[in-house]
Amino acid sequence: MMTGFWTSMRRDLVLATRHKSEWLTALFFFVMVTNLLPLGVGPEVSLLRKIAPGVLWIGALLSTLLGLQRLFSSDHGDGTLEQMALSPVPLAWLVAGKMVTHWLVCGLPVVLMAPLLGIQFDLPTRSLGILVLSLLLGTPILSAVGALGAALTLGLRGGGALLSLLILPLYIPALIFGAGAVEADLAGISPQGHLSLLGALLVLSVFFSPWVTSLALRIALE
Amino acid sequence: MLAVAQLTCQRGARTLFSGLSFTLPERQWIQIQGANGAGKTTLLRVLAGLVQPQEGTLTWQGLAVQECRAEWQRALLYLGHHAALKEELTPLENLRFSLGLEAMPADEAVLMNALHRFGLQEREHLPVRYLSAGQRRRVLLARLLIRPAQVWILDEPYTALDVHATQFLSAVIEDHLEQGGSAILTSHQTLGLRPGMSIAL
Repeated sequence: MMTGFWTSMRRDLVLATRHKSEWLTALFFFVMVTNLLPLGVGPEVSLLRKIAPGVLWIGALLSTLLGLQRLFSSDHGDGTLEQMALSPVPLAWLVAGKMVTHWLVCGLPVVLMAPLLGIQFDLPTRSLGILVLSLLLGTPILSAVGALGAALTLGLRGGGALLSLLILPLYIPALIFGAGAVEADLAGISPQGHLSLLGALLVLSVFFSPWVTSLALRIALE
Repeated sequence: MLAVAQLTCQRGARTLFSGLSFTLPERQWIQIQGANGAGKTTLLRVLAGLVQPQEGTLTWQGLAVQECRAEWQRALLYLGHHAALKEELTPLENLRFSLGLEAMPADEAVLMNALHRFGLQEREHLPVRYLSAGQRRRVLLARLLIRPAQVWILDEPYTALDVHATQFLSAVIEDHLEQGGSAILTSHQTLGLRPGMSIAL
């Protein structure tokens, strides 16, 4: 079981290193979106600080969406997904491996980049720490929930647009609590409540998503 | 032994086959025949467990496959008409990952040997992107030599192969039958195989 999980994860990592443009695009998108906003809004410090948590979180949300479309579609197209479904290893474990890689490739760079981008919004050091923490808890949720959306829209024409329509509403709780944690800290309130709720969402989505996603994939394969 | 009873499959409003029954004992092979679109691939996918039939039962070694799914999946090797290869990876990596996804050990020397036997010398480290259709097919078929399985389910295995590879594949299948395995395949050619059963859709 673990061999299957590790192989599925390693395989996607190797593919990501051969296909650098894909995840670099997502990261570049994140950097650009969060960079353009301060330029458009103007250099007023108090306003920038106020919008910073929301902007950074929305940037993270949209950039993870970019990598989701190809999560299963290339394996579906070349028949690898069929072989995965036929493997004696439960499909949910193989899917979990793919999710972890998606996070490592699309989520983790965003987490690492966020404090740098936070500086241009004049966020204090403590809030930067909270921002990183909230993204660290939140981006895996985006990968886990997003994988379910990718599986449900697999093989549909125009699946990309449908994927966004399906997934973005489900991202709302993560966005509210993630951005809320940073906002609370900026306002001088303890962000612990927000972070705890984010952690609960993380546990819930990481626990159920591989299983539900594997069911959706089996339907897509029929 | 694989036994199929009263299998019925519909796709949309069309019935592809109904009341299909047969058994596949060891050392035997079945050729599925039928015109294009008759449902050959669907039948193979039903047997592999990728598609649920509307009616009918599949039994493997006396047990319904729903009850022994893991055993059945270990016992079967299904090669569809997709190559199931990643273009960015080399043949060697593709084989290694395909075994890993099934949690089976992948010994480098065994994989190399399988690729060599299918005539892919000096292609082991070349990304699949640079291989021809026939060579890709050979990489896929190399799995027959490295992934132990009792029942082979092969969808058009001879597609894109040259004369030499066709003969070699027949020898590999014959070898498999000799060792107590069985096979189901859809094909329009059947070169050099012992007489087998045949099902027309």
